[in-house]
Amino acid sequence: MKGTNLGEFEEIVLLTIASLMSEAYSVNIVDEIEDVTGRKTKLGVVHAVLKRMEDKGLITSELGEPTKERGGRRKRFFTISHTGKVALMKAKEQRDKLWGKIPELVFQGI
Amino acid sequence: MEELKGPPRWMDRIIEFYCRKDLLEDLQGDLHEYYFRNLEKSRRRANLIFLLDVFKFCRLYTIQKPKILGQMTFLNLMGNYFKTSVRSIARNKLFSSINIVGLAVSMSVGLLMITYIGETLTFDEFHEKKNRIYRVTSNYQSISSDDPFDLASTSVFIGEKLREQYTGFEKVLIMRRNFNADIAKGENIINVRGHYSTTEFFDVFSFDLKSGDPATALKEPNSIILTEKAAKKLFTDEDPVGQIVTAGEKSYTVTGLMSEVPENSHIQFEALASFSTLEKEHRDNENSTFFTWRSIWMNYVYLLLEEGVRPEQINQNLAEIAAEENAKTDRYTINHKLESLLDIVPGRDLSNQIGPSINWENIYQLLGLTLIIILSACFNYTNLSIARALRRAKEVGIRKVVGASQTQVLMQFVFEAILIAIFSLVIAGGFYLLIKPEFVSSVVDDENIGMQFRWIHLFYFLLFAIAIGFVSGILPSLVLSKLKAISILTDATKLKLFKGVNLRKVLIVFQFAISMALIIGATITYRQYNFSINYDLGFTSENILNMELFGNDSEVLITELSKLPEVKEMSRSGMIPSTGEIWGEDLKYKDPMDSVSIYFNRVDKNYPGVHELTFLAGGTFPYDMKEDDENPKFIIIDRALCERFGFEKPEDALGEIVYLQRRVEDDVPVQVTGVIENYQYQNLAEDPEPTALIQGGKDDLYTINMVISSNDIIGLMDKIEEIWTDVEKVHPFTASFMDDQIQSSYAHYKVMFRIFTFLAILAIAISTMGLLGMAVFTTETRIKEVSIRKVLGASEQNLIMILSRSFMIMLFISAIIAIPFTYFFFTEYILGEFKKRIDIGLMELLPGVLLIFLIGFLTISWQTIKAAKTNPADMLRDE
Repeated sequence: MKGTNLGEFEEIVLLTIASLMSEAYSVNIVDEIEDVTGRKTKLGVVHAVLKRMEDKGLITSELGEPTKERGGRRKRFFTISHTGKVALMKAKEQRDKLWGKIPELVFQGI
Repeated sequence: MEELKGPPRWMDRIIEFYCRKDLLEDLQGDLHEYYFRNLEKSRRRANLIFLLDVFKFCRLYTIQKPKILGQMTFLNLMGNYFKTSVRSIARNKLFSSINIVGLAVSMSVGLLMITYIGETLTFDEFHEKKNRIYRVTSNYQSISSDDPFDLASTSVFIGEKLREQYTGFEKVLIMRRNFNADIAKGENIINVRGHYSTTEFFDVFSFDLKSGDPATALKEPNSIILTEKAAKKLFTDEDPVGQIVTAGEKSYTVTGLMSEVPENSHIQFEALASFSTLEKEHRDNENSTFFTWRSIWMNYVYLLLEEGVRPEQINQNLAEIAAEENAKTDRYTINHKLESLLDIVPGRDLSNQIGPSINWENIYQLLGLTLIIILSACFNYTNLSIARALRRAKEVGIRKVVGASQTQVLMQFVFEAILIAIFSLVIAGGFYLLIKPEFVSSVVDDENIGMQFRWIHLFYFLLFAIAIGFVSGILPSLVLSKLKAISILTDATKLKLFKGVNLRKVLIVFQFAISMALIIGATITYRQYNFSINYDLGFTSENILNMELFGNDSEVLITELSKLPEVKEMSRSGMIPSTGEIWGEDLKYKDPMDSVSIYFNRVDKNYPGVHELTFLAGGTFPYDMKEDDENPKFIIIDRALCERFGFEKPEDALGEIVYLQRRVEDDVPVQVTGVIENYQYQNLAEDPEPTALIQGGKDDLYTINMVISSNDIIGLMDKIEEIWTDVEKVHPFTASFMDDQIQSSYAHYKVMFRIFTFLAILAIAISTMGLLGMAVFTTETRIKEVSIRKVLGASEQNLIMILSRSFMIMLFISAIIAIPFTYFFFTEYILGEFKKRIDIGLMELLPGVLLIFLIGFLTISWQTIKAAKTNPADMLRDE
């Protein structure tokens, strides 16, 4: 089934949210992805993915306290929901299984 | 920390506009965060990225759904609004009828303006290439005069020069006005008027040629195209094309047949003759001024520009030509400019128009007056509605309690106002039909504007009604919609509704000031008109009948006419003075460099006697010009001219020789035989100039002036007409009394007087109705106060005083505003151009104002007396 599996980018965003813990809001997420993966990421893309995953129930969000820096506008913080955690675990499991099946020979010399 | 400046506000607005409210805050916050990051590099870059982001985030999931829901409620509630509005209209019969009638009256004038302006805007719209057609206009500045002439006409020269040496246009069309001929075919003779035109006529314009070849019809000399109506008269059922018609000694071949010229064309004609007819006559004549740079008075040049060519380009070419030609003389300068076909009617005020013309200034004036009247009626609505808002306040309260928003209440009351305006529209339609014929005949006075009804007008009318409803309803609606439900429903008496009091007073003062201004305007124009027609002109115009000759032999007619005993004396003249017509000439005395511009008339020796001109010295010509005399020999000058030439006594001028200046031929010497007292040659509007009477030959005398003495004018006219028809077959008998001719030259003051009177009556009616409404309202609300005062011993006079005082003060303020304003407006603007005019004094200003005071006073006292006379017991019993 298509809907149950995570897309590649979705997975990265989810992992990032998990790693950022309570600091996960859009701008931070974008920065973190750039830092870790080194790939240029657009806010628009992340925003759309966040919205989609929230609709799927993988993450939940709430508005934080207003701060001075954004003209008093509140940030939206994301946390992984139970479903999200399960989806991540499932993805990891699948990968581990596949890794387990690869003979060491394949990666020799790298 | 210093607050950093964020991105431009308008960019934020874009995102605020489309973004869903639940997503907006953090998204906008994110963008701002990025913005401040980018700001470290440069503001422009940050702005650009922000703007791009704003657009990038406009996606399906961020866009908010349109507020269809809100509109649905309005539609659902429409039925309810309609019902409450109709009930409220029905409940307050007096106020509703004041509103509806007032609006209807003023709207009918608005409807007139819509049809009139709508019609003028259709002029020349039927030409297919209308956007590329331009006319060459001229500006003529003579060194001897301060005022330049702006002319619609131009020279043949400029047309040919453009055609031969310049590019940028597809066609150059040259026309000349005043083709006027009595054309004959066998027994039938008709008089046709039209123009001369080159072959490009049908390439440029989209007139409909029914038969004939558009490319060649106007090519050969002596070709003529007739319109269907003219052709029908001449040929009845025969096919006119190819026929030969005669016009005096000339003959023309009919080469085309056209449908009638549409009424909304700035060129009107019954016939078109080929321009080559004229070219042939003038080309070989060395003395002819036909092709010269300065003969700009009779010809019209139209250009069809190539696609994409700007008129400015051609204007530059025109300026080049002008610079070159103007360098050749220092007596005058002529400049040319293009004017779009669509700017001709309505357009600038130009002399020498080829056909009907309407200038913007007139349209603006009418529009301004109409707007004033309409506003006045809108104020009535505004005033009465605000005054009565208290009665509707409970309804507003309930609506708000059940959940109506401020916007919805606002919409409800605006809707009600529009509904009333639409009721009024129906009545206004009736008034409109009633006053339209009068408007067309006396104000428009243009046979090309019939103000025919068109279906599109209904749509405009409706739009107009909606606009009126909106304008008159918006203020009271705002007041009502701002009311707070809680304060209405708890204690209605504490409502601060009367913040509007001052506004209402201002509106009433304004209305009455307008009424007074209009009625004063009517008085002044009427007096000026009377003054003008009764002015002592310095000659007798009474009982003089002027008959046009149309080129007939005056000798024969005079011999016949002198047999009538009622015709006492006769003279002949070229033009009729004091009617606005002007003939100009340059005159020199001894100094060849000193020429004087004079106005003149060509007359015979009886003329001074018939018109009872006063001689200061000398007398009339000893004899009239002979048949074979080429030039006049004698002249009679007026006192102004005598002084201008430096004669000390009028007698000194007698027998002196002066010279009529000619441009090509030698100057013509004429001998002074008499000096007359100055008389009113021009219209009273103009500055008097020196004038002279010059001996006139057969070709210059167009009119017979008869002194008539008869009790049976109609019978006499019949007799004269009989004599006329014996001599002349084509032209109808045309004669009018000189007094009437002079009067009709002041007709536009009469028209102005009628417009002012009409509008004044409307304005007075509207403002009086408004005043009545306010008086009824005030007495109603103060009736308890009045009763208590009465119980405590106030007399009726006292009460009337108390109730009327504030109204009377308002009337006084109106007068204080209106009188000086109208005075300055008329002395500076309307009568300012008049050289001989009435002095505006109390007699002109006061009667109108007093009349309005009287009307206003009667209106108020009708109500106040009623209130003062009520039995206090009836009013107070229920408390």
